[in-house]
Amino acid sequence: MSDTHAESVAYVRETFVGEQPPPAQETGALIWLRKNLFSNWFYSILTLLALYVIYVLLSGFLPWLLGGVWDASSIRECREIAGEGAAGGCFAVLSERWNQLLFGFSYPSEAYWRPTLALVLLAVAAAPVLFPKVPRALLIVTLIYPFAAYYLIWGGTILISVMALLGVIVGYIVYSRLVDRGFALGFFAGVAAAIIVWQIGGFIAAAAPNVLALTEIPSRDMGGFMLNLILGVVCVSLSLPIGIVLALGRQSSLPIIKWICVVFIEFIRGVPLITLLFVANVVLAYFLPPGTNFDLILRVIIMITMFASAYIAEVIRGGLAALPRGQYEGAESLGLDYAQSMRLIILPQALKISIPGIVNVAVGLFKDTTLVSIISMFDLVGMIRGPILASQDWNGVYWELYGFAAFLFFIVCYGISQYSQWLERQLATDHR
Amino acid sequence: MASISDPQSQQDSFRLSMLLNDTRYRGLTFQFIALILIIFVMAYLGMNLVSNLATAGLTFSYDFLGDPAGYDINQALISYTSQSTHLRAAFVGVINTLLVALFGCITATIIGVTAGVLRLSKNWLVAKLMAVYVEAFRNVPVLIWILIIGTIVTISGANPRAFLTRGGSVEPESEMLFGAFAFTNRGFYSPAVNLGPGWIIVLLALIAGIVGALLWRRHMRKTLYASGKLLPGWPTWIILIAPVVIAQLVLGSLSLSMPDVESNNFNIQGGTVIGKPFIALWLALSVYTGAFIAENVRAGILAVSKGQTEAAAALGLRPRRVMNLVILPQALRVIIPPLISQYLNLTKNSSLAIAVGYADITATLGGITLNQTGKALECVLLLMLFYLIISLAISAIMNVYNASVALKER
Repeated sequence: MSDTHAESVAYVRETFVGEQPPPAQETGALIWLRKNLFSNWFYSILTLLALYVIYVLLSGFLPWLLGGVWDASSIRECREIAGEGAAGGCFAVLSERWNQLLFGFSYPSEAYWRPTLALVLLAVAAAPVLFPKVPRALLIVTLIYPFAAYYLIWGGTILISVMALLGVIVGYIVYSRLVDRGFALGFFAGVAAAIIVWQIGGFIAAAAPNVLALTEIPSRDMGGFMLNLILGVVCVSLSLPIGIVLALGRQSSLPIIKWICVVFIEFIRGVPLITLLFVANVVLAYFLPPGTNFDLILRVIIMITMFASAYIAEVIRGGLAALPRGQYEGAESLGLDYAQSMRLIILPQALKISIPGIVNVAVGLFKDTTLVSIISMFDLVGMIRGPILASQDWNGVYWELYGFAAFLFFIVCYGISQYSQWLERQLATDHR
Repeated sequence: MASISDPQSQQDSFRLSMLLNDTRYRGLTFQFIALILIIFVMAYLGMNLVSNLATAGLTFSYDFLGDPAGYDINQALISYTSQSTHLRAAFVGVINTLLVALFGCITATIIGVTAGVLRLSKNWLVAKLMAVYVEAFRNVPVLIWILIIGTIVTISGANPRAFLTRGGSVEPESEMLFGAFAFTNRGFYSPAVNLGPGWIIVLLALIAGIVGALLWRRHMRKTLYASGKLLPGWPTWIILIAPVVIAQLVLGSLSLSMPDVESNNFNIQGGTVIGKPFIALWLALSVYTGAFIAENVRAGILAVSKGQTEAAAALGLRPRRVMNLVILPQALRVIIPPLISQYLNLTKNSSLAIAVGYADITATLGGITLNQTGKALECVLLLMLFYLIISLAISAIMNVYNASVALKER
C-alpha cells in the first residue's frame, strides 16, 4: 500500500476479516425453537397442545409395543406371562398365526415357498418397469413373470403356462408382421393367432397333465395377505390397458363408441365396490352359460378389474384433456393415422401426466381388496375377523391383529406413493 | 379431364373396400361393428340369464318387497317392526345411509379443513403431527379403520346402570354430562325433542328467518354496490334467529324430554339413544375422509399465489377481507370439486356399515333381505340403482357449481 494518502485516511485495513459465525440471534437450537414453535402466544399454545397429544399417544403405544409378549399359545397364557395389569400387547398371536395371516388357513404349508418365490420374482419383474436405470434385459423376466407366477401359485403342469406364453409370442409376431398394413388388421390378426395357439396348447396341456407338475392348489385355498397382493397386482395390471381403451373411447368422435364408454364408466363409478362384489358373489353366475363353474376368485378379479379400469379411464382422460390441442394437430399434420398418432405422440405424453393419478387409483384399489372379506373370502382382514378372532385361543386380541394389518398396508401404500413422487420428479421435463 | 377430379363421380363409384379404407366411412363401420358386438353380448348374457332362471325355477319379480321382513333393525328413524315389509326395511336402510353420509360429510369437512390448514402452519410440530395423521389414514384401508374404531367404540362406555339413581336413593357411579348426555355401552343417550301442537308454525318461523337473513344480505350488497356504503352485518343473525325464538316462546310447542335415570332400576328411560354402530361408522368415515379432504384443502390454499395476497393488501383491504374476497373464492374453486367427490366417496364407503352392524341399505336390502328371500338379482339391482341415483345427483350438483364458479372467459 502506497502512503500517498496516508495523512488523509485515519485507518486502512490491510487483511481480510476471517469468517464470523452468524449472529447469536439467528441460529442455534433455541432460536429454531423460538422461530418454529414459540413465535407468538397462539403458536405456543398449539405447540404445548401438540406435545400433550404426542405424549398421550406415545405413553399408551410404547409400553404396549415394547412390553409385548411374543411367545405364548393363547391369550390366557399371554396374560399369565405378562402379569396382572400389564400394559404390554399380546403379539404372540402374530408369531403363532404368522402363516395363516400371510397365506390363509388352507394353503398347504409345504407349498409356502411357491408364493414366496413368486413375490421375490415380482420384485425382479417389476424393477425394469419401475426404475429406468435397471438393465432393459430384465424386461424378459417381466414378460415371463405372469405365466411363471400362475404356475408357481396355482400349480398344475408347466405346459399351461408355456402354451399361454407361446400364444402371446405368436400373437405378437403376427401383429408386428401385419401392423404396417394397418393397426386394426395387425391387432385382430394377432389376437386370432394367439387364440388358435391357446386352443391347440389347451389340448396339449390336457393330454399331458404331469409334465413338471406342481401340486395343484384350488383358488379357494388362497388367503391371507397373499390374496390381497394377488388381487391388487392382477387387477391393476389388467385394468391399465382396459382403462386406456375406455379413455380413448370416451374421447372418441364416434358417438356410439363414446356413449358405450360413458355409460360403462359412469355406471361403475356410481356404485360402491361392495355392490360389484355382491354381483361377483351371487349374481354373475346367472349371466354365464349353464354349467360353467367359475371360481369365486376369478369372478372377483373380473369385477375389481372393471371397477379399477373405470377409475383409471377417468384419470387418463384427464391426461388426454390436459394435452395442448397442437399435439393432436401436429400428429395429424405429419400424416399419422389415429392408431399411430395415439401410440407415438398422444399416449406417451398423456400417460406421463396421468402417473400420479394412476398411482392413487392403484393404492386405493389395493386398499379396497380388503373388501372381499365382506363376501366371506379369507384375505388378511377376513382371516383376522374370521378364523383367528373367532378361535377360542385368540378371542379378544383386537389391537395386535388390526395393528399388524394396518402396518402391512401402510408399508405397501406409503411405499408406492413415495415411489410415485420420486417418479414424478424423474419425469419432470419442464424447467421450473 | 374434369370427370376424373370431380368428387361427385368418385362418390358414385362406391366400393366395398371403402368401408375400411376411406376415413369418411371407416368411423361408421367401426361403430356398426361395436353396436352389433354389444347387442350380441347383451343378448348372449340375457339368454343365459333366462335359461339359468328357468333351470333354477326362479322368476324375476319384485313381489317379495311386499312380504313381511321378519327381522329387527336396531336403528330405525321411521316406525319399523319385524312385521313390516321388505320395502319398508329397505327404506329404513336408505334413511340410515343418508343419515350417516350427511353427518359424516359435515364432520369430515370440519376435521379436514382444520387438518389441512394446520398442516400449512408455520408451527413445525403441529404441521408434522397433521402430516402423520393424513398419511396414517390415507395409507390404511377404510375397512380396517372402521373395524378398529368400531372395536374402540364397542368396548368403551359404562353400563347404563352406572348412571341410575334408583329413584334418588343411590348416588350414581357416573354423572350425566349437564344432566342430559351419557355415553354407555348401549349407545349415546341425549335429550329427545318432542313436537307439540303448533310445531309447524315454529318451522315456518325458522324458514322465514332464513329467507329474511338472505334478503338482508342481498340488500347489504346492493347498497354497497350502489352507494359504496357498507351496512353492518350483525342484523343478519338477529333476523335469522329472532322469529323462531319468538314463535317458540309464544307457542312453546317444542319441548325436550331428558333421559330419565330415576324411574327404572335397570336402564335409562326416555331421551334419544344414538346407537353404537352409528357412532362407530360415523367417526371412522369422518376421520378417514377428513385425511383426504385435508390434502385437498392444502392443495387449494397452495394454489392461490402469494401475489394475490400482496395485491389485495396493496389495494388497502383489511386481512379479513383479503381472506374473504380474494383468497377464499380462488381457493374454493380448486377445493370444491375434489371435496364433493370426497363426499361421494364417503357415501359409497358407508356401504361398509355391515362390518360394524349398522343397518344401512347394503346391510338391510343387500344383506338380510337378500339372504332371506334369495332374490339376489333383484336386490343387487335395486341397491346399485340407489347408489347410482345418489352419485348422479351429486355429480349434477357439482356440474352446476363448476359452471357457476368457472372463470368467465370472453
